[in-house]
Order: sequence, then structure tokens, then C-alpha cells
Amino acid sequence: MRNHKSVPPPSDDKRWRIVEATMRRNGYRPDALIETLHTVQESFGFLDDTALRYVASKLHVAPSQVYGVATFYHFFALKPQGKHTCSVCTGTACYIKGANKILDNLQTHFEVNPGETTADGQLSLLTVRCLGACGLAPSVVFDGNLLGYMTAEKLHEEIDEVMQYEPV
Amino acid sequence: MSLYNDLRTSAELQREQEDGHRHCLRICRAAGCLSQHNDSITRALQDQVHGQGLENEVQVKGVGCMGLCAAGPLVSVSTHEGESVLYQHVSEADAPEIVAALDSEPVTRLQLDTSTPFFTRQYKIVLENSGIIDPDNIEEYVAADGYRALNTVLSEMTPADVIREVTISGLRGRGGGGYSTGLKWSTVAKAAGDLKYVICNADEGDPGAFMDRSVLESDPHRVLEGMAIAGYAIGAQKGFIYIRAEYPLAVERLKTAIRAAEKKNLLGDNILDTEFDFDIEIRLGAGAFVCGEETALMASIEGKRGQPRPRPPYPADYGLWGKPTLVNNVETYANITPIIRNGGEWFADIGTDNSKGTKVFALAGQIRNTGLIEVPMGITLREIIYDIGGGTPQGTALKAIQSGGPSGGCIPVEHIDSPVDYESLTRLGSFMGSGGMIVIDETADMVEIAKYFMEFCMTESCGKCIPCRVGTAHMYRLLDKIVRGQAAQSDLDLLEELCDLTRNTSLCGLGQASPNAVISTLRYFRHEYTARLIPEFAEEGER
Repeated sequence: MRNHKSVPPPSDDKRWRIVEATMRRNGYRPDALIETLHTVQESFGFLDDTALRYVASKLHVAPSQVYGVATFYHFFALKPQGKHTCSVCTGTACYIKGANKILDNLQTHFEVNPGETTADGQLSLLTVRCLGACGLAPSVVFDGNLLGYMTAEKLHEEIDEVMQYEPV
Repeated sequence: MSLYNDLRTSAELQREQEDGHRHCLRICRAAGCLSQHNDSITRALQDQVHGQGLENEVQVKGVGCMGLCAAGPLVSVSTHEGESVLYQHVSEADAPEIVAALDSEPVTRLQLDTSTPFFTRQYKIVLENSGIIDPDNIEEYVAADGYRALNTVLSEMTPADVIREVTISGLRGRGGGGYSTGLKWSTVAKAAGDLKYVICNADEGDPGAFMDRSVLESDPHRVLEGMAIAGYAIGAQKGFIYIRAEYPLAVERLKTAIRAAEKKNLLGDNILDTEFDFDIEIRLGAGAFVCGEETALMASIEGKRGQPRPRPPYPADYGLWGKPTLVNNVETYANITPIIRNGGEWFADIGTDNSKGTKVFALAGQIRNTGLIEVPMGITLREIIYDIGGGTPQGTALKAIQSGGPSGGCIPVEHIDSPVDYESLTRLGSFMGSGGMIVIDETADMVEIAKYFMEFCMTESCGKCIPCRVGTAHMYRLLDKIVRGQAAQSDLDLLEELCDLTRNTSLCGLGQASPNAVISTLRYFRHEYTARLIPEFAEEGER
């Protein structure tokens, strides 16, 4: 078995050092896999094959198992995300208060399906299962900010303002 | 024990200094209120206080959840004589008026009446510090009697004493199952082996439930203290908190709390100068609902796919890395400290014969007072929905109450006078669950709701066992067919058959409970299903 030290990072990108630090802190134990994937995603925005192979060899986990974990959990993205992200909460409280209308509207307006990114790479549309902000239903997270009492119109304004998005 | 006394003295000194302030302005800093430009409100209030040179008289601080999320952002103003005023829907522009009103009459325009049942009918044990103390400040928790229970346990009680007290209290698991906490603790304590683990399940995946998020954001030390006491009782030195990555604020507050507790020697080696060592590590979930199931949760902590395995062996014998493991929910741990402080019998006096203590519920959906409440077990649904919740917002008729998340069921309005306890809810075809209550009014379509929950279970099925993986997908297709008005009686019969099959043959709780929404809506709202069946087929089916 190869020593984890002998596996060099895929490139000299400095972000690999952050990933390396997470693995070191966990003693390169296989159980640090999910923690490490979280760090990769935080640093690079998504998990690509290179990253998955690198983590697999560092933690001595079979690449198939790493791929299995990365695809099992919804939180991990295997494709690059858009410049902006909009996550619509589809939890029960938001559902009762019309989250589907918001989602439908975004889909038509920006021509993008949930889980996908617009062709110009500007906006990723995601759905989440309950943000725990049911008091603000329907709620949406746009670029990390939680927005409550949303309507499709209000959300458009918000998105247009931030992105100065010109629909094609 | 001198170390705790020192800690207490310094915390009390800090509190006395604060009491020197004539007024305290508390701003809710839990996720709900925080998202509503709350930072600028805090700054505006601070600016006002500083601008008028009132720093020594008025204290401004961020606190945890005050409960009534629907009225947020919330700011409470109290004098040190204990009088307090609660302001609702506060904005930055209101700051001058609020500060100017400190020594005179409150700003009636913003004032929230706290003599309403929403406030008076609650009984706070788990939430006693929420909205009062600053969650990021360990001294405030200590001054509020925090870590006193841990000190008592370590200096005066044996592990068996602790377990006895928890057993006397009658506390049952607050994650949904309702298993006796005392019994669970004693099973793990008796399990062979030196290496044991304590796990806190903070993977609050039920949509519509936000109790655990709120407790962790408002009073994180309470959970850490409960876990440390559990560790002492069962003989573990290591604890894990498995928390959803969707709760970044709660994760941040927990990290801060763990660091502070380590610094004060309340976690780590030789806690409070005793022989007891206990560490707590945070593990982030990654968006899989099934990880709320304890065996899947442990697989996830081990870095694997979160797939459940058959039980037995139960985690008490064979848990994390094969070692005896105690798994409890956030709210269960949050109840431990008051039980130790006040005694098990005190706790057992609250609630009903079989369900002791209080329960925190998250009220959401078509209800006026959306938010977090804590009520004694045995309270009726009517009291929760109408008295505390204020009924439906537009005065529409109430149709049903959905409790227990995707694993729960819909309770129709006819049963509104039923008491809320573990057994009663189960009898009604629902489930206590972790405490989410979604209010559904007459405008809702129950078949659509059943379909919504089935879609949830279908996408969240981990795929390990066939009844759940295939069953949920098939049931979803049938529900969709019914909703579209293309189903016949035979489809409905098949749906019922599949409900029964999936319930009885799935590997874990997610699969077994996946048909609950369908079963309960069929039980109480069958006409909504049959009305949609293709007529001639429906008649044929009845023949």
C-alpha cells in the first residue's frame, strides 16, 4: 500500500493545501472522506474526477467508494455551479405556501431546470428540503442569503438586481 | 469543587455588571429573524445608544430564538426590575424611537402583546434560555445555572445515580421514536467494552421541523452539557454531533460553544479537575434525509454512504465502528440538564402518565402564529392550533394537521380535541416525530399532499432495500395518476396493497413509514381519492 505522503496534489493550485489540511487534521483516516469532500467543494465549488481520485488515493478508499459517497449525498455537486445560485426551499411549510409556483416561474423565466445551470453559466437553480426557516415560508436562498416571504415577482427583482441578468 | 465555583463567580460578576445597566435590548439572532436585515437593526440600536452616551445604562445584545417567528424581527426591551416589552417587525428606522422610549411609555405601534396565549400557555424547559442569553457567550450560560448539573454529576453522583434520575424522570426520546431514555442509557452503560460513543442526532431532516436548529442556535451549551452528562453515565469519552450542512449558523454556534467549553475545562481532559475526559466533534451531514435513521447516521459518520442496516444488533451493542453507542436527539439532550438540576420526579410531574415533560413544536403552514412553542405533553391540538397558534391566517376553515414529517400522517379537524402525546398521535395514524406541525386549511388538496410526501420519500430512499426503492416510486406513479384523474379503482386497490407491503417489508424507518401520508389521508379523506377515479371504472370496482 502506498503511503499517503507519496501522492502529490493534482496541481500546484493553492486550494489543495486547504484540502490537504483537512485530511491531515483527521489523520488521513478513511472516515474523513465526507469531511474532505466538503472541503473540496467549499474550495473548488464542485467535485471533479481529478479531485475524487486524489482524495481516494490519499485516504486509501477505493475510487468506486468515493464516487459512491459523492453521488449519494445531495449536497455534493459533480458539475461546476453557476456564478450565482438560487435554492428554492420545497419543504412542507414552503410547499403549502406556494413554493412550487416560485419554482415553476424561475424555470420558465430563466430557462433552467432544478439541479441545472443556465447555458451562460450565470445561474444555478437548486431545490432544498427545508431550510428550517418555516416561519418565513416560502423561503429561498440566493447566493447564501436567506430570503423569506418570497413571491415569484420579488425573487425576480432580487435576482435581476444582483445579477443584472438580461434574459436572452 | 473549586473550579466550577470559580467559573460561577466570574460569570456572576459579569452578570452583576450587566445588571448595572438599567435596560437590556435583546435582538433575536436566530436564522429566521437574522435573515431579515437584522444586522443593520442591531447596528442602528447600538448607534443610538452610543450616540446618546447611554453605554453604561443600556446593554444591546444578540440572543437566540424568541419563538414567534411570524412577527420577526423581534426585539425585547427589559429593565432590570424584570419588566419587559416585546417589539415586532422591527426595522432599522425604528431604532431612535425604541431607544427614546426606554424611560417612558413603550412604542405602542411596534408593541407585541405578550399576555396572549401564545406566550402565557407555554411551559419552557428546553427553551428556558432561548431569547434570553447570548448563545455565543459561555458566561451567560453559566450564570443561568449552566454546567451546574455537570458539576453535580461529576462531584456527587455515580453513573448509576445519573441513569436512575433520568429513568425516574420518564423522559422519552424526542427524535420521534419515543423510546425510554433511561432504559437506552442503562443498556449502553451495561454493554461490554471500554470504548463507547455518544452521538447527538442533529440531522433534523423532516421538512417543516426546526426545533433542533433553534435550540442549537439559541442555547448550544445546553446540548453539550447534556452530552457530557450522558458520556459520564454510560462511560464514553467521545461524542459526535451529526448536524445538517443546511444549518450553517447552528454549526458556527456549536463550534464556538465547543471551543469555549474546552477553554473553560468543561470539555476535554480531566473535566472540572476530575478523572472524567470527554471530547465532542462535529460531523456535517450532506443532505441525505435517511441519515436521520441511527444506523445510516453512524455509517455517515464513518465516512460511508448513509445506508441503514438491519437492527438488531442495536447501536447500544454494536454502533459506531462496532462499539456500543448511545444515539439521542438534540431535544433529548437539552432536557438532561434540568432533570439533573431539579430531579427526575420534578420532570415526571409534568405531562401525562406515559409522556412526561414538555415538547417543542414548530408551528408552520396555514397558521397565524408561525414559530416555535414549548408545551406540556397532553395539551390538546385545539389549544395548540387555536389558542397558541391563533388559528388560520385568513380565517379559512382548518382541515388537518400534519405531524411527524414525511413519516407522519394527517390528523383531521374532527380529532382536534385529542391530547398530544406519543400514544394518542400514533392511535390517530400519525406520529409525534421530532415535532413539526404543519397546519393545512380547506384550500389544500389531500391527494396532492400525499403525493408530495411520497415524492419526498421516493427521492430520499437510499436504494438499499427493494420494497422502499421500488415501492415508493410505484406508489408515487399511482398517486400522480390519481391526481391527473386517470386512475381507476384497481389503481387505488394496488396503491393500498403497496402501502401495506412497503410498510411491512422495508428495512428501515424511512421505508416503513413512507406510506403513512397515504394511509392517513385514505383513512380520513378517502372521498378525495375516489372522486377522482374514472367514473365507469369506479362503479365497476364497487360492484
